[in-house]
Amino acid sequence: MKKSYILYLIAVVFIALFPLFTDNQYYIHMGILILYYALVSQAWNILSGYAGQFSFGHAIFFGTGAYASAILLVKYNISPWIGMIIGAVVAILIALLIGFLSFRYKLRGAYFSLGTLAFAEILRIIVQNMDYFNKTLGILLPIGSNPLMFQFESRITYFYVILVLTIIVTLITYFISKSRLGFNLIAIRENEDAAQSLGVNTFKNKMMAIAISGALTSVGGTFYAQYLLYIDPPTTFGNDVSVSIILPAILGGMGTILGPFMGALIIVPLGELTSHFFGGFAGVHLMVYGLILVLVILFLPEGLVGWFQEKIRLRKLKKEGKANDIAKT
Amino acid sequence: MSAELFFQSLIDGILMGGIYGLVAIGLTLIFGVMKIINFAQGALMMLGMYVTYWCFDLMGLNPYLSLPLSAVALFFIGAGLQRGVLQRMADAPDHNQLLVTLGITLFVENLALVLFKPDFRSVTVDGLPATISLFNLNIHTTKLIAFVFAVFLAIGLFFFLKKTFIGRAIRATSINGQGASLVGVNIKRINYIAFGIGAALAGVAGTLLTPFFYTSPTVGASFILKAFVVVVLGGLGNFLGALVGGILIGVSEALGGVLLPGSLKDLMTYLIFILILLLKPNGLFGGKTR
Repeated sequence: MKKSYILYLIAVVFIALFPLFTDNQYYIHMGILILYYALVSQAWNILSGYAGQFSFGHAIFFGTGAYASAILLVKYNISPWIGMIIGAVVAILIALLIGFLSFRYKLRGAYFSLGTLAFAEILRIIVQNMDYFNKTLGILLPIGSNPLMFQFESRITYFYVILVLTIIVTLITYFISKSRLGFNLIAIRENEDAAQSLGVNTFKNKMMAIAISGALTSVGGTFYAQYLLYIDPPTTFGNDVSVSIILPAILGGMGTILGPFMGALIIVPLGELTSHFFGGFAGVHLMVYGLILVLVILFLPEGLVGWFQEKIRLRKLKKEGKANDIAKT
Repeated sequence: MSAELFFQSLIDGILMGGIYGLVAIGLTLIFGVMKIINFAQGALMMLGMYVTYWCFDLMGLNPYLSLPLSAVALFFIGAGLQRGVLQRMADAPDHNQLLVTLGITLFVENLALVLFKPDFRSVTVDGLPATISLFNLNIHTTKLIAFVFAVFLAIGLFFFLKKTFIGRAIRATSINGQGASLVGVNIKRINYIAFGIGAALAGVAGTLLTPFFYTSPTVGASFILKAFVVVVLGGLGNFLGALVGGILIGVSEALGGVLLPGSLKDLMTYLIFILILLLKPNGLFGGKTR
């Protein structure tokens, strides 16, 4: 148990030292993207991986975080640090509304997935049609160098910001997974009716899961907006966003802490590589994503981490089996 | 809103609704038999549009003459997808099936993007008047043709499922797969055929759409969500419900387009969707329960 903590600590230190090994801005940008995808996918993981409520519309919360901080900064000159918190609060309110409607009326399985997809489209259309959100034009954010306004001159600072945010989100997920809430969520995922009959308040637990998941996803949205300095409705509320949030957790392993990390670590460089080699063809990296999605679900339905865990478990069983055999003789 | 505008948009909505119905009938057939919610239906429709476009562009073929071509091509693509991918997913949970068809969609859409570029392409039909006037209302000929086809195909499919051996086997499989296989129905074969027919219907819808809708790699995305709405509205697994649902969505969208500014008309579809999901998940006409 303690050994694994030390391993995690070494891994974190190693990641933190990464910018010291290279001054190649492109690699640092990739590092930022990996951590950012790990963050949003981990946030999705809480609702969909642990609680089994499969959201196809996490762009709802992502876009909320992005737009909240951007609007507050551009229109009211409020720091995105505060915008991040306000965005998370708005995301919680939206999550509770969607959660209330979905769980109160017992939307389950694919119906819940399609429902969240529809909610994301509704938000996209509303933002796209309101002058307040600058309609389809999107929002261009100011460039500056005031850290209090989430503006950093060096990319390395962005790297550390997203590193800290990702660690926080991961720790939250970890503590949830070890808490009563986490056990309740897993029980709901495995068999909702059974969980309810054993006294788990499934409605309340699912509401908590969607609120936490939504709030954390919105933090990713705020970071995205402040890092890329431009947002518009399709790149924040679009279906592609929801897919890119889902993909790392699916590939790495849903319902595991390390899954979203593993997934992001593979997906991001792969996407960049294909864009690099097939730069002339827009869409090649999405083709690769589609292929990965199909292959992973067909051949690795538990994801990479799940697959490794299964291997380790089998090995242990084998060892125990051998030990038993020896003991018998 | 003047009465004329009202009736004009009503007619436009009904005609467009036929196409929605057609995409949705394929979707509901696939769901009814295999319990798979096929996200790729919109991408398959897009492929049907390209079959027609290329026949028109390279050979100057009249779009309506390429109808059998796109139907047959999509039948085999659909049956191939079922055989190669979805058959392996028979016992997987709902969300994994959705994800696989989503992955197929991503792949197919972006393959089309790479091969055909994101350009919007259009075909023209020679020898047809653009509109027919009736009581001061303009009816788009190509939309009318699409609607008539949609109605005939829905009725044809209905009788195919009622009267033919394969149709009865498909229905038997959708009601009780194990029972059907006990009395000698080859379930796997029925699944290929049903998926193939579902895909062929998407292809036909695509072809019928080309004369009045731009062909582009991402065109399926806007249709697939509407098709889901239509299917849920009509009741999963209910064909005639899908056609009626399609018309309802077409009409609500057309009227929304007149009443609401900008692209807010699209809001109608999703609001209806969520209301139906929450209040009447088995569809307006009952349909099968899950």
